[in-house]
Amino acid sequence: MSTTLMANPLPLNQAPSSQRVMSNPPPLKTARSGPMADRIFGWLAKAAALFTLGMLIAILVSLTLGAWPAISKYGLGFLASTTWDPVKEEFGGLVMIYGTLMTSVIALLIAVPVSFGIAVFLTELSPAWLKRPLGTAIELLAAIPSIVYGMWGLLVFGPILSTYVQQPLQAVFSGVPILGAFVSGPPVGIGILSAGIILAIMIIPFIAAVMRDVFEVTPTLLKESAYGLGATTWEVVSTVVLPYTKAGVVGGIMLGLGRAIGETMAVTFVIGNFNQLDSLSLFQAANSITSALANEFAEAAEGLHQAALMYLGLVLFFITFVVLSLSKILLSQLKKSEGTKT
Amino acid sequence: MKTSFKISLISAAGVLAMSCMNFASAQEITGAGATFPAPLYAKWAAEYNKATGVKVNYQSVGSGAGIKQIDSKTVDFGASDMPLTDEVLKTKGQFQFPTVIGGTVPVINIKGIAPGQMKLDGQVLGDIYLGKITKWNDAAIKALNPTLALPDVAIAPVRRADGSGTTFNFTNYLSRVHPEWKAKVGEGTAVNWPVGAGGKGNEGVAAFVNRLPNSIGYVEYSYVKQNKMTYALMKNRDGVFVAPDDEAFKAAAAGADWNKSFYQLITDQPGKNAWPISTATFILMHIKQDKPVNATETFKFFTWAYKNGAKSASDLDYVPMPANVIGSIEKAWSQATDAAGKPVALK
Amino acid sequence: MSTAELLLQAHALEQSRLARYAQRKRVNQIALALSLLAMAFGLFWLFWILIETCVLGLGGLSLDTLTQMTPPPNDAGGLANAIYGSFLMVSLATFVGTPIGVMAGIYLAEFDTHSWLASITRFVNDILLSAPSIVIGLFVYAVIVTRFKSFSGYAGIMALALIVIPVVIRTTENMLQLVPSGLREAAYALGAPKWKVIISITLKAARSGVVTGVLLAVARIAGETAPLLFTALSNQFWTSSLSEPMASLPVTIFKFAMSPYENWQKLAWAGVFIITMAVLGLNILARVMTRNKN
Repeated sequence: MSTTLMANPLPLNQAPSSQRVMSNPPPLKTARSGPMADRIFGWLAKAAALFTLGMLIAILVSLTLGAWPAISKYGLGFLASTTWDPVKEEFGGLVMIYGTLMTSVIALLIAVPVSFGIAVFLTELSPAWLKRPLGTAIELLAAIPSIVYGMWGLLVFGPILSTYVQQPLQAVFSGVPILGAFVSGPPVGIGILSAGIILAIMIIPFIAAVMRDVFEVTPTLLKESAYGLGATTWEVVSTVVLPYTKAGVVGGIMLGLGRAIGETMAVTFVIGNFNQLDSLSLFQAANSITSALANEFAEAAEGLHQAALMYLGLVLFFITFVVLSLSKILLSQLKKSEGTKT
Repeated sequence: MKTSFKISLISAAGVLAMSCMNFASAQEITGAGATFPAPLYAKWAAEYNKATGVKVNYQSVGSGAGIKQIDSKTVDFGASDMPLTDEVLKTKGQFQFPTVIGGTVPVINIKGIAPGQMKLDGQVLGDIYLGKITKWNDAAIKALNPTLALPDVAIAPVRRADGSGTTFNFTNYLSRVHPEWKAKVGEGTAVNWPVGAGGKGNEGVAAFVNRLPNSIGYVEYSYVKQNKMTYALMKNRDGVFVAPDDEAFKAAAAGADWNKSFYQLITDQPGKNAWPISTATFILMHIKQDKPVNATETFKFFTWAYKNGAKSASDLDYVPMPANVIGSIEKAWSQATDAAGKPVALK
Repeated sequence: MSTAELLLQAHALEQSRLARYAQRKRVNQIALALSLLAMAFGLFWLFWILIETCVLGLGGLSLDTLTQMTPPPNDAGGLANAIYGSFLMVSLATFVGTPIGVMAGIYLAEFDTHSWLASITRFVNDILLSAPSIVIGLFVYAVIVTRFKSFSGYAGIMALALIVIPVVIRTTENMLQLVPSGLREAAYALGAPKWKVIISITLKAARSGVVTGVLLAVARIAGETAPLLFTALSNQFWTSSLSEPMASLPVTIFKFAMSPYENWQKLAWAGVFIITMAVLGLNILARVMTRNKN
């Protein structure tokens, strides 16, 4: 969220203390809190920072140790296998990884254009008095706890999606070769499509907030120059603002993607928890890494099943790490090119 | 500024104080496991708490999780519908005892079909869950239900997503009556399901079936009754189509020899009234107790339940254990010892 | 060229210019209309979710909800133990996590701001900020629950604190960096030791921003379910002992929402309403405080 605070100007109205006559220099007070206190404080601060580092290392180590039986047995082949058989103790993570990535992709496909539209509205179209409340309203979407999304998705949205979207879509596309495969499967309101749509709603505020922030710091001079040449608002946005802020925009998209990938509760409610990849259907129940962990971890026996789940957790961490690093690189590029904020 | 700082300090102290207080800490024991008996255990726990003040906190996380948690000793007792074999129990150093008997029931959600109208048998049920029968108006289903108006729609099978004793009960039955199922999928608390959306717990499956049209699922009978779900009749070993109720479960349990061993599977039992997918549900505890006080409290709770809980059990359509088994159960309890080897008090 | 032809040429040019301009205007109008639609789209979901939550939640809310314990299925009851458990765990997690987060934020902003350790810590902090909370729950399960052989409120607090810390670090560092160095320089010039400058001057100047960060962290963990699933588990009864499993609103909602029992589902919506109002209230409070600072 945007936290652009104006710096308080330094008060410059203090009389210089040299006006006081220094006939008797004040006694040298032995510092009550000497360098020792400073050093201790410094150590405490450093310790806190090291604690954060230590936490991440501890989490990674703990996950890796837990996943070791699965890593040593399957290696990287784990990522390509679709079997998930707790009885025969055969595990492969492709179903969950596909579910995680596919729901996130659907979420992005929906959220990015919408967020872009919202950001454009907030920066170009909306009257000044409406900007703050509307911006806050969109950010409130981010404040709604994810379990609310899950419940609402399962109990309210799912049935409506099933009746008004999935069934008509299925009726229309059922014969068509490729599209038909995408809309086959029971149109019951759960599955990859439902999860994707709900994730989209969840990440819109993140992407929209970043886009709005970066759009707002585009130098007015650039925009005014374009307007001066007779460009329409849309042309200014598409030819001046967007290219200028493209690194920030992509960074914001990555941020939203990271959020979508790691979302647990909303997805678990509506994805259907079905470990299959037999059909590409978006209506078919599927599984994602987070929902597999939520559903199966409590009962996974100490052994290959639990190790396989930990391995999935490690993969999730790694995917989040990659997406986040990309986002940071892109956002920092924007910071470099924008110089000081005007 | 000073006032707000004081306020925040005081509130901080308040919260910390609250957390350290243990309001007349009553004894509390924790159990986790099967969702099958969860409605009953919750009811017993509430009544027992009213009668004695002791809190029995039972969390229905699924039989698989219950077995795992008692193995890790993170709970005082585990609950599972799948009994462990005596050899496995010996290796783990645990013992088990049954509490009630119930049945797993196929439930459907088809417009126009009322409870008790649909007739199914093991072969058809297995084929549905293997994905071989995909539509409700399939010939095999029609053969069992000649007078029923079956729609020409796809079946939406629902099963358990988590490790479940109810699943074990269901798949154990299918493995006994459907050779292809036994070969392809087998039995267990979690199996490699060929088809079906996964619900979490009996609750999740019941909720899915209630919401998805043309779906079929399997749930413990008390969930069926409490939520007025549409159950199907099953053909039992004697060829009779029976409806699920506690008489049918009792008939299935009639042949079990509890006094020989508590490891009894009562699926597909002979008897014209027997419900084919019946099961008892079990409690797992360690023989060597790290917290003997908690073990005693657990025994006291179940003694109370066997004595006073029969009515609640019947109200929810569970079958209480026959009186002659209680003696063997209490004998099994006497093998529990504390870390030093002294037997744990039963009262 | 004759005047007439020149005039005709000029006229044709003018026409094409007008046509092009008309098209550009049309594109502009379509684009802006789409962006208005996008805004309406976003607001639509917000209002739909909030309205459903309020309608269904208020329907299940009553005095009983706030005073009775979580009931067995189909019995009357409330959410009192879940509300208390959530309140206790969230408060204690904030008390545990905030000092660590503030100290680490101070380190990043005031000491060694550009050292490699600081850069790595910032990066690590961002990873932890976006880490899926279920992974943190798994970590605490492996380290605390299996070690101490019991689900407990302590484990739940640990998991929540691990989520609070990165949020507080990020906001503290940002707020401290915004404090003008002139303030610090003035304090140093007066002979104050570094720790005093940081605590009495810099931190005080950034105080409301830091508090905002803490409020946002509280709002975040108030709605977290996954980390509590494997750590605090849940409890049918009231417990004030942190070494026992503890009920919490999100986990209770999770359990009740997926059930087929009507009374449980009604309670779940009531719980959803309570959490949403609390979280929204905290967010708005944080926003108001940021605005007041200016």
